[in-house]
Amino acid sequence: MSKTKKPTNTTDWKGIWVILEHAKGKVSGVSWEILGKARELGDRYGIRVSAVLLGTNLDEVAKEAIYRGADEVYVAEHEALMHYSWEAHTKVVTDLVEKYRPNILLLAATHNGRDLAGRLAVRLNTGLTADVVELDIEPEGELLVGSVPGFGGSILAVIKCEHSRPQMATIRPGVLIAQELDTSRTGEIHKIASDIPPNLITTQVLQEIPVESVDISKAKRIVAAGRGVGTNLELVEELAELLDAAIGVTRPLADIGLKSRDHQIGSTGVTVRPKLAIIVGVSGAAHFVSGIQDAETIISINIDEEALIFDHSDYCVVADLNDVLPELIEALKARLYSTAK
Amino acid sequence: MNKELHIVVCVKIVPKPEDVTLKEDNTLDRANAESVINPPDKNAVETAVSLKERYGGKVTAISMGPPFFDDFMRLIMAMGVDDAILLSDRAFAGADTYPTTLTLAAGIKKLGDVDLVICGEESSDGGTGNVPPGIAEWLGWTQATYCHEIDYDEIQSRFVVKRSVSTGYEVISIPKPAVVSVELGVNSPRFPNFYLKQEYDQSYKVTIWDAKALNLDPETVGLKGSHTTVDSLKSSKGKERKKQFIVGSPKEIAEKLATIILENM
Ligand SMILES: Cc1cc2nc3c(=O)[nH]c(=O)nc-3n(C[C@H](O)[C@H](O)[C@H](O)COP(=O)(O)OP(=O)(O)OC[C@H]3O[C@@H](n4cnc5c(N)ncnc54)[C@H](O)[C@@H]3O)c2cc1C
Ligand SMILES: Nc1ncnc2c1ncn2[C@@H]1O[C@H](COP(=O)(O)O)[C@@H](O)[C@H]1O
Repeated sequence: MSKTKKPTNTTDWKGIWVILEHAKGKVSGVSWEILGKARELGDRYGIRVSAVLLGTNLDEVAKEAIYRGADEVYVAEHEALMHYSWEAHTKVVTDLVEKYRPNILLLAATHNGRDLAGRLAVRLNTGLTADVVELDIEPEGELLVGSVPGFGGSILAVIKCEHSRPQMATIRPGVLIAQELDTSRTGEIHKIASDIPPNLITTQVLQEIPVESVDISKAKRIVAAGRGVGTNLELVEELAELLDAAIGVTRPLADIGLKSRDHQIGSTGVTVRPKLAIIVGVSGAAHFVSGIQDAETIISINIDEEALIFDHSDYCVVADLNDVLPELIEALKARLYSTAK
Repeated sequence: MNKELHIVVCVKIVPKPEDVTLKEDNTLDRANAESVINPPDKNAVETAVSLKERYGGKVTAISMGPPFFDDFMRLIMAMGVDDAILLSDRAFAGADTYPTTLTLAAGIKKLGDVDLVICGEESSDGGTGNVPPGIAEWLGWTQATYCHEIDYDEIQSRFVVKRSVSTGYEVISIPKPAVVSVELGVNSPRFPNFYLKQEYDQSYKVTIWDAKALNLDPETVGLKGSHTTVDSLKSSKGKERKKQFIVGSPKEIAEKLATIILENM
């Protein structure tokens, strides 16, 4: 079973491809972010940018992909692609890649994006730079340079894949910027016939359980809570409402379901960039900090003066949050209501 | 017909992320880093052992890493795992996902007769959950990542898993054999039984398989078998922070904070 590493003739491989992730035609924000960056790189180095869409009823989405930066879109429509399965998605993307030979292949570092990328990289016998937070191409316009967080996010490793193609990468949501919709843009849409044998898919979908999702990644203000709040978010919610702030939580709070996963900040959650973050009862583990370290101003309240979170804070309060938050809510109310008059 | 399950659980030993820093010359300083079992892999062990308790069978833990991991392997066995295999060879060092999955898959193949491989969702030192689908591809098996619950349908000989996706959850049924990964925090991993640990320390020898035992060409594993290279390391500290401590009574602190908040909205 050991395929040896293939020494590819790298000059045969051209263009940047972005696989757009979507749920029934609704493309996830991260995919537009990746496409936006691909467009920027494409303009800088004169590289063709292609989007790839798998599913059903994708005409409108394909147009939007052009409006958001793609020069062309490959559209594979097939009943079997309606719901994500690794079997069909791996097969269709592999066939496309072998036929058109993209130099760079980008996917979203979401659950399904990673599920697919991990499988594809082995099947395509190539390298995968996973969970990229900074993306660039070397000045010659060929080599992808991806920075990926290690050890929870405190250290970035700069990764290259020099000898194998396509150069694959998954990109973390919230780290790149999507292009504005520009309906004057034009491009080609290629409909692809996909070869999916009926017995290829052995996964059966028994049930889909949608969970209402919110996007806190663009919030201007965030109140983030950790295990120090216990299992009661009342004070945090009151403060957040007063400041018109989104609520973020650490992973353990999302794990017990105190808030849904899309409120979770960190390396396996959301990356946020608020103007102001108020962080209470959070120890400051690297996996959490990596999701919030770009906030403009950080205020932290923690009972333990040694807490790591203080190393990442502008204003540090060593106190019990249950003592400080009620007073803070009162103080803010007094000021906000007096200025409202 | 319903033979018992042979479950393999993949466990990685990792340095504690907060203990690893960059030196002046941008090389890793892990001298003071404590090694631990990768946290989600404990959830994987718990899942494996509880499946065994429900459906019968056995659990084998497998890890790729240096020989000193054997002590952790005995610790994992003290959580109810029956056997432990360490894939260890100098040639395995420096592996990216590609040769890591090749090596782990070779180990699983050598075990033969495996029904289910359970991994953690990702390695806390920098992995991103790509190992489980990679192993599945080498083995030619099906996969399900980011699972919360795993059940065995004995009649159909299939696994029913609930996995988390961007839109919520999905419940899917997958055939045997399969590779799955479980999310961090989906269960409370049991504590190792320390009497058992002591017993294993004295009487159990962790099996070690090297490249030769796995029939792997040294050119295809470790650093040599990797497609990606680490060009450099840099620190990601984010912004410089003021680190100004606000002191006083809760009321005084609240007043000062209110001012700061309103200035920084
Ligand atoms: C692979 C992997 C991925 C991970 N991904 C993420 C992620 O994306 N996001 C994330 O958050 N974590 C993540 N983690 C977990 C992370 O390592 C930490 O375990 C987690 O962030 C800790 O959460 P916490 O700060 O809420 O809890 P704790 O570490 O338990 O900290 C609680 C804090 O509250 C303080 N406190 C207690 N009582 C009070 C009080 N009354 N008033 C004030 N302060 C109080 C304590 O002093 C303590 O500092 C990940 C871990 C792994 C292994
Ligand atoms: N060296 C290794 N030995 C054993 N299992 C591993 C190893 N590396 C990764 N894994 C497994 O694969 C999962 C995902 O890892 P990763 O893809 O590195 O994030 C981990 O939680 C482990 O279960």
